[in-house]
This record gives sequence, structure tokens and C-alpha cells, in this order.
Amino acid sequence: MSDTLLSFEESLEKFDPAMGLEVHVELNTNTKMFCGCPAVFGGEPNTQTCPTCLGLPGAMPAVNAKAVESAMRIGLALNCEIAEWCRFARKNYFYPDMPKNFQTSQYDEPIAFDGYLDVEIPARSGEGTETFRVDIERAHMEEDTGKSLHVGGATGRIQGADHSLVDYNRAGIPLIEIVTKPIMGSREKAPEIAKAYVAQLRELIVALGVSDARMDQGSIRADVNLSLAPAGSGGLGTRTETKNVNSLRSVERAVRYEMQRHAAILDEGGSILQETRHWQEDSGVTLSGRPKSDADDYRYFPEPDLVPVAPSREWVEELRGTLPELPREKRARLQKEWGFSDLEMRDTVGAGALGLVEETIGAGASPQAARKWWLSDMARRANEKGVDVADLGVAPTDVARVQELVDEGRINDKLARQVFDGLLAGEGTPDEIVAARGLEIVSDDGALGAAVDKAIEANPDVADKIRDGKVAAAGALIGAVMKEMRGQADAGRVRELILERLS
Amino acid sequence: MPEITRQEVEHLADLARIDLSDAELDQIAPQLSVILESVASIKEAAADDIAPTSHALPLTNVFREDVVVPGLTAEQALSGAPEVDQQRFSVPRILGEEA
Amino acid sequence: MSESRTSMSDWTRKTGAELADALAAGETTSVELTQAHLDRIAAVEGAIHAFLHVDAAGALAQAAESDARRSDGDLRSPLDGVPIAVKDILTTTGLPTTCGSKILEGWIPPYDATVVTKLKDAGLPILGKTNMDEFAMGSSTEHSAYGPTHNPWDLDRIPGGSGGGSAAAVAAFEAPIALGTDTGGSIRQPGAVTGTVGVKPTYGGISRYGLVAMANSLDQVGPVTRTVLDSALLHEIVGGHDPRDSTSVDPPLPALVEAAPQGATGDRSGVRVGVITELGREASAGSGWQAGVLARFQESLDLLVEAGAEVVEVSCPNFVHALAAYYLIMPSEASSNLAKFDAMRYGLRVVPEGDPSAEDVMRASRDAGFGDEVKRRIILGTYALSSGYYDAYYGQAQKVRTLIGRDFDAAFEQVDVLVSPTAPTTAFKLGEKLDDPVAMYLNDLATIPANLAGVPGISLPSGLADEDGLPAGFQVLAPALADDRLYRVGAALEALLEKKWGGAILDRAPELKGADA
Repeated sequence: MSDTLLSFEESLEKFDPAMGLEVHVELNTNTKMFCGCPAVFGGEPNTQTCPTCLGLPGAMPAVNAKAVESAMRIGLALNCEIAEWCRFARKNYFYPDMPKNFQTSQYDEPIAFDGYLDVEIPARSGEGTETFRVDIERAHMEEDTGKSLHVGGATGRIQGADHSLVDYNRAGIPLIEIVTKPIMGSREKAPEIAKAYVAQLRELIVALGVSDARMDQGSIRADVNLSLAPAGSGGLGTRTETKNVNSLRSVERAVRYEMQRHAAILDEGGSILQETRHWQEDSGVTLSGRPKSDADDYRYFPEPDLVPVAPSREWVEELRGTLPELPREKRARLQKEWGFSDLEMRDTVGAGALGLVEETIGAGASPQAARKWWLSDMARRANEKGVDVADLGVAPTDVARVQELVDEGRINDKLARQVFDGLLAGEGTPDEIVAARGLEIVSDDGALGAAVDKAIEANPDVADKIRDGKVAAAGALIGAVMKEMRGQADAGRVRELILERLS
Repeated sequence: MPEITRQEVEHLADLARIDLSDAELDQIAPQLSVILESVASIKEAAADDIAPTSHALPLTNVFREDVVVPGLTAEQALSGAPEVDQQRFSVPRILGEEA
Repeated sequence: MSESRTSMSDWTRKTGAELADALAAGETTSVELTQAHLDRIAAVEGAIHAFLHVDAAGALAQAAESDARRSDGDLRSPLDGVPIAVKDILTTTGLPTTCGSKILEGWIPPYDATVVTKLKDAGLPILGKTNMDEFAMGSSTEHSAYGPTHNPWDLDRIPGGSGGGSAAAVAAFEAPIALGTDTGGSIRQPGAVTGTVGVKPTYGGISRYGLVAMANSLDQVGPVTRTVLDSALLHEIVGGHDPRDSTSVDPPLPALVEAAPQGATGDRSGVRVGVITELGREASAGSGWQAGVLARFQESLDLLVEAGAEVVEVSCPNFVHALAAYYLIMPSEASSNLAKFDAMRYGLRVVPEGDPSAEDVMRASRDAGFGDEVKRRIILGTYALSSGYYDAYYGQAQKVRTLIGRDFDAAFEQVDVLVSPTAPTTAFKLGEKLDDPVAMYLNDLATIPANLAGVPGISLPSGLADEDGLPAGFQVLAPALADDRLYRVGAALEALLEKKWGGAILDRAPELKGADA
């Protein structure tokens, strides 16, 4: 059963969207939130547990100082107030992947609150960028759950499964949940703002160095709340919460989809069911999940096994001093350093390639070369594969090396694309691919000379023109040589050889 | 007098994931009413301006260094499990989704 | 070998300190006195049922190690080689830990509680795990899923609870010393009704890591012994800061073992003792307070006055709300703590017929695995925390906690220690209050305020009530972190009472049938 959708344009004519974004950031601390187990991705099942994260009777939590520090740094970078005194609280609900059947989280006393993130989006005028301020409600600390493998159903889905197998390695890994206030007035920019918010929040997290920030591995996870109200009414409609939105592209698509789905229902006089929905990456739709009900009585109360966190103002200021250059300031600086135009910079940011370009330049490539590869070739390939460019699987150091090979004259741009094909196919390093595929340009005069002689012989008219001083005609002969050499010839040397022979 | 109805007890048992029998519901509802009556005085016991106490001693900022300490082996972790499969805890099919 | 048998039976009558002295003097070995206690257990357990699990092999192996260390001159603690019993709510590797519940039947934890590690490090052989009300919920040990423990003074009576097993084991000479836990009186009330000594230390004074929590903000581990000195010795061994318990206090324990002999032999003049108006004074007599208990209490006060202490009456007006606050906070925390028992990772799994989901299995297992009292408290706690009721119940209870703390603060401005009878009555009959939860809860009236405020308390026997000849308890409370005062005043009163009664009160307990026959 597929949802009826109203066109995006019509949705906006009739309704105003309001969004709320909840982003979970998995911290890259050495250990879990409340115990000394390693907080690393992967690992054989149930090899990274202890009595505490396994929820064994009698075990007790102890707070990871580094996680608290990371939470405060995230809060400060988001212009939040840092609580003078706050507590952990238990969120009580039963679920097999949650060992204690309560999540140790924070409730009405988050460590950071009342902040904002200024998000840059393309200007409505089409020229340059404009800033949209997203207000931050809170950032709080909590712990992740275990992971279930559903057996006996279709493709590992929970529906129809016969039983489930639970691995608690992930249980207790520190999470920071960052919640926005309702984002109003975004109108037709709503999908774009949602994506830009998550992208720029991710950049901030990367700059802070507090998380691997890999959406594809779930170390950043976004939930998208959306509601529509009649256009111009200023009200708030019934919202849905879409979970499992695990790429920047999907954030944008999920907002757009839910806007159109809500609009179609409301337009026909229907009402929105307040529920959790799940984003389907493959089909690009959201599916109905669990309705909100009074079973959501989480019975929060202060965690008695943990004492309050009361960061001194000295500590807060010390942490403020460790904040890196904020992405927005950094972008301005980089644009100047790289000599990019506003449009070039906007496209780089918009493609989610700023960090990649920066790393590529850091690895030795020129700014224009780095931008060229990421925004043309890589962006096209990512688009074809339906992934974010960062998740393509090509490393900035590889791109820099490919450009270096071009600069050395060992390959040209056309051959470079073949090297990238090889990289995506997992054929090894750029140098290995050039060697294995035999892509290196021929500049050996013997082989080139033979090809030049052959081309002169086959094109006597052109040769005569050059002899008569019409040097521009050499292009035709160069083309013939290149064709003969299947592109792997040093075009400059070919030109020299032609002119030597015909002068 | 605070009364707690049989239906309320049924709802609470549902929240607490206990499959109370009819006989248990019949028994517990009136017992809880008596208990609640005995604690009803609490409602008038403290003025609004009194701060609540969640922790008996006023400790704050007790933290652990971010250093890995050895935990359990998978065998130890799974030692009490009713059912194990593929080095994981085997549990019956999960109906609902996570909150 | 008859001579050795006689001496072995004697070992069980000795206190922990006396056993330590005998070991030091080379008069016995840890193996010998561990075996003596195992023999005593074998002889009287049929009548008492203080233990859920006896670990003869393990205890003897630990004893042999202690003896070997002793011959090498490597002693780990003053009680190295002295056997101990441990309440079944503390996790022990290789030994079942059931908390008196069917839901944990046969569960063997893969880790030791910090206090158990400390006992092992200190060289105390662990005789076994003692019986208790299921998950420590009760005042009579009748709520154990494995059957009640019987009071050695009268087998038809309760040994108190929840730690009736530890108290009865010590009172019946099955163990010289034991560990208990006290959330609302579970060490002190059993101490009172069995004629033994029990201490609830300052909250945070002893690690709770590995104590299966009933109510985390109230629970404390503490000693169960026959003398005040033994409690101090055990307290020093298991006490101290533990980084695994974030609520454990950092400052070192005051010198507890020194305080006991100082109290017993030193000058008692100038000690300011506050009698709590709201707990067992004439005004409250008749409202459930047994006359014999109050008489022994007054007698003890008179002895302290004779010895030079200054006794004044101090009012703690908010104590009248303590019971209500406790019976909201405790079940609230418990309802959340006990959620982990869901048949997924450990413990009982009941699979209903048909094609049950995980949820169905959770519901069925929790219904089958928990006893009535546990279910009552889980439902009550779920109610008190649920939206719409939180402020009126849990929130108010937390405010009352503040007021009770203030009462203590004000009282300790005036006096060094506060005193009251430990429990309103002597041991009641098995079954007498089983169907009346509220009547059962009233047993904890005098012990609960200390848990709510986190202050330390001790109960020691004040004598036998005239009407039934059963032991009554005297409670001493001190300010937080001033646990040494318990031992100083407790040992002083213990010495005065011993003089008055012509020996230890426990010596008056009837000899158990079948024992040492």
C-alpha cells in the first residue's frame, strides 16, 4: 500500500511545515558511558561487556569523565548554556536489547540547553549563501542499546521474524542527543535546511573530534519530526517522528516525503496519526511504525546510583578554550585561502565535500584540482550510487595522489578517471592501479616517433600545412597519434616531435 | 481515601510487564488501596518550597577516567542465558519496536 | 576424638574477635573452626533454615589457604581465617545468588560484589549464603521463595527481615559473623528480634557494587554479629571507598575498632544522648509499642545516665512521615531495579503456550518468578512514578526526605547520638502479619529514618521483654560519617548490660533441639 502524496509545490501553497530534528551522536571515547568496556564499532558478539553494561544484578554505573567533557564541548559549540547542576535519570521501558529495561539518560536537567546553530543554505536569490538559525533545545547524555539480529523473517526485518539474537557490545556506548526547538518558517527550504542542519552539525562534531561521525555506520543518527499547519496560521499540527534516517540525502528526502504525505492527508480532510515512522532507504518512503500511546509512560526519576554533575564555571571556561575554529568561520578562512568564488564554495559545501576537499589539499593537491575531482567526477559517481560523496569509499589521499600523477605527467585527466574506476572497484592504491591497468603515458621517443611518422604519412595534406608554417594544424596530427596510442601518450612531447620533423 | 481500581492495577501490571491472573488482580487491588491510604498523609507532609532529596549525601562530580578495564568473556556474559545461539542471547520474536 | 569434638562445639560459641585471638595464639586453625561451624550448621539447619546455600568445600579451601598463610606469617586482616555467612543478595562467583527469589533460582554470577572481594582478600572463609525476604522485601523472612527462617529463640517466631537468615545464623551459632543489607531496617530489626548486633553504616560507607539493589538510594551493606567489637572489626574490613560505586564516600572511615574498647572501658560522662520523642516514648506507647520493649529501653537509658551520660529528649517532628515516604521511594526504585529480570539474559524463563513473543515471555516469567510482596511493591512503585501521580507521591516523598534530614541535622546540633527502641515489638509469630502488609511495614517505623537521611545506626540487645522472654533491641543513631560513635556508645551500653544481666543476652537463648546431641 503506497501513500498518496500531494505535489511539493501544492503542499506549500496550502500548508506551513514545522520541523524538529533529534540527532544522536555516538561519542568516540575509549570506553562506554558508565563502564570501562571498550566503545568500539564491531567486535565479535558479546565480547565487549561487563556486569554493568550487561545489566547484571548488583552492577553499578560510573560516569565516563571524557563523555561529560565531550557533551559540554558539543553544548558550548552549539552556543548552549551549560547546566550548573544536573542529574542522570532513568527512562523506564522494556525492550530486549536494553539490558536493564531502563535507559540511563537525562530528563528535565540536560547538561546543555538553549543554544543555536546558524546553518548556511543557498540564498533564495540564487547568489551566495544565507544563514538560517536553528534553535537548540537541549543536548543531553545517554547510553546506546544492544543490537538485535532478527532470524527467520524476510531479510533480517523484525516483522515476521521467528526469534532474535542479541549482542550487547553496543549497549552502553555514550550518546549525546541533540534536540532542536521547532523549526518554523522554513517553507520551501525545509528539506534543504534539515539536510544542511545535519550536515553542518556533523561538520561541527568532526571539528570537535568527539565522534567518528559516520552516518553510514550509525555513529550519527537523525530522527525527523514533522508537522504541517494551514498556511499562515502560525500553529503546530500533529507530528510524526521518522526514524532511521541515516544519510544526509535521506534527511532531505524524508522531510520532503513526509511534507507531501501529510499534505495529501490533511488536504482530504483527514488527520495525522501521531506515530513513529521508518525511513526506507531503498524505496524512498516512510512506513508506519508504532503509534504513540500511554504505554509511553517512561516513569522518569533521578538515577539513584549516580551523583549529580555540577561542572564548575572554571571547567566550563577551560573547555570553551578548547573549542576548535567553528565550521562557519573556517569556511570563510578556507574560501580566502583557496581563492574559491562564492559559487564554488557554496557548491563544495552543498555537496558535503568541504572536509574532503580540505583533506585532499592537505595531502598536496592544488585547491582547484581538489575541487574539480570531488565536485565533478566524485559527485557524479556518488549520485549514480545514491550515496553521500563522503561515503563513496574514495579517500582524499587517493585523490591527491592521482592529481600528483597527473602533475608529473604520468597520466592525464582521462586516464585519472580510469584510476578512480579502479579505486571504486577496490583494485588497490592509485599507483598499483596505474601499473596493473597499464595506464602510464608513453613518453619514450622511439615508440612515439614511430606513431608520429605513421601519422605524417597518413595525413600528407596536414603535414604540408605545417611545413608551410601553419603550426595550429598540428592538433590534427596530435589527435591521430593519441588515438594510435590509446590516449596514453604525452601530448606535449608528441607536439614537439611533430614540429621537429616538419620544420 | 485513595482508591486504586482493578483496571488501574491491570494497567500498571501491563506497564510493569507482569501477567497478573484474575485472582491476583482481585487480591492486589484492595491491598494497594490500603497501602495507599496509609501513605496518603504524604501529600500534606511537605510545603511546596521544600527541595526534594534524591541522594542522601550531597556528593557531586564523581567520574571515572576514560580507560578500558577488562570485562567479561563472551562465555561469562552468556553463562546465565536461558538460550544462546551464535554467541548471542536468543530471545523470542520481538513484537513491538523500540520506544 | 571426643575431646576434640567438645572443643569444636565450643568454637561456635566464641565471638569473631575471640576466634581471631585463638588463631593468633595457635590454639586452633581456620580449618578446624570452619569445620566446627559447618558441623553446627548441619546440626541445626533443619530447625532454623538460615542458609539458602552452604559452601562447605569452598569455605574449607579458603580456611586451608588462611592456615597456610598464617604459617608463612602473611596475615591479610585481623579476621583472617574467621568464617562468615553472607546474605544471598550479594553476588558471589561460583556460588548461587538468588536474593530469595524463584526468578534467580540457580543463577551463578560471573562476578563478586566488592564486599565479597574484600572478604576474600581479607582471608575470611565464606560458609554460605543466607536466607532473606525475596529481594529484601519484608520484615520477617517469610517472603523468601525458599521458605522462612525460624528464630532460634522460638522456632515458631520470625527472625526479622529481610536479613533474617544472617541474624538467625549468628544467633544460632552457625556463623560467628555475617554480612547483611539494610534498606529500611533489614539488618537492625532482625538484630533486635534475635538478640544480636547489627549495623547500618553511613550511606556510602560500604560499597554497594554487587549488592542486588532493592532501593539504591537507601540500601547499605553492614555487619551482623554477636558483639559490638565484632561489628567494628567487620565494618573496617568491608568498608571504604570503591570507584565502582559512585555513591561511595571518599573520606576514610573513622577508627571504628578503636572506638569499641574505648566505649566499653572509658569514661562515659559528658556523652549527650538524645531520645527521639516520636519513637517509643510514653506518648506513643499503646500505638503498637510493646511494653516490655519500652521497659528495656528505659532501663538501658538509666544505665547510660548512671554511667555519666547526659540524656535529653529531642523531637524529630517529621519522623511521623518517614514510613509513608519510605513506602513510596523504596517501591519506586525497586520497580525500576527489578525490570531487568525479564527472562532474556539470565534467570527463570517461562514460555507460555502458543507462539509467544518476547513480551509474552517477559510477562509470564515475571508473574511466575516474583512472589506476592514483590509484585505488590512493583505495582505500587510503578504507580508512584507514573505520570499524573509522580508529584503527589514520589515527589512529595523526596521532599519529606529533605525534612527528615533537617530533623537529624537539628537534633545532632544538640546531642552526640540519638537513641530509640529498634523495633516496636519482639519477634512475632510466623504467619501473624503475612496477610496484613501495612502491619508488617510498621516494624520498620524506628529504623527507616536513618535510611532516608543516610545516617548510620546500630541495634544491640537491650535485654528480654518481661511478657514473652524474647530479646528487645536498642538503636543508636549518629551523624553521617560519624560511625565511630555507634561503636563507642554501643560498646558502652553492651558492657553495662552485660554486667546487669550477668553475661551476654544471647547466652540466655534456649539450646536448640537436635544440636550437639
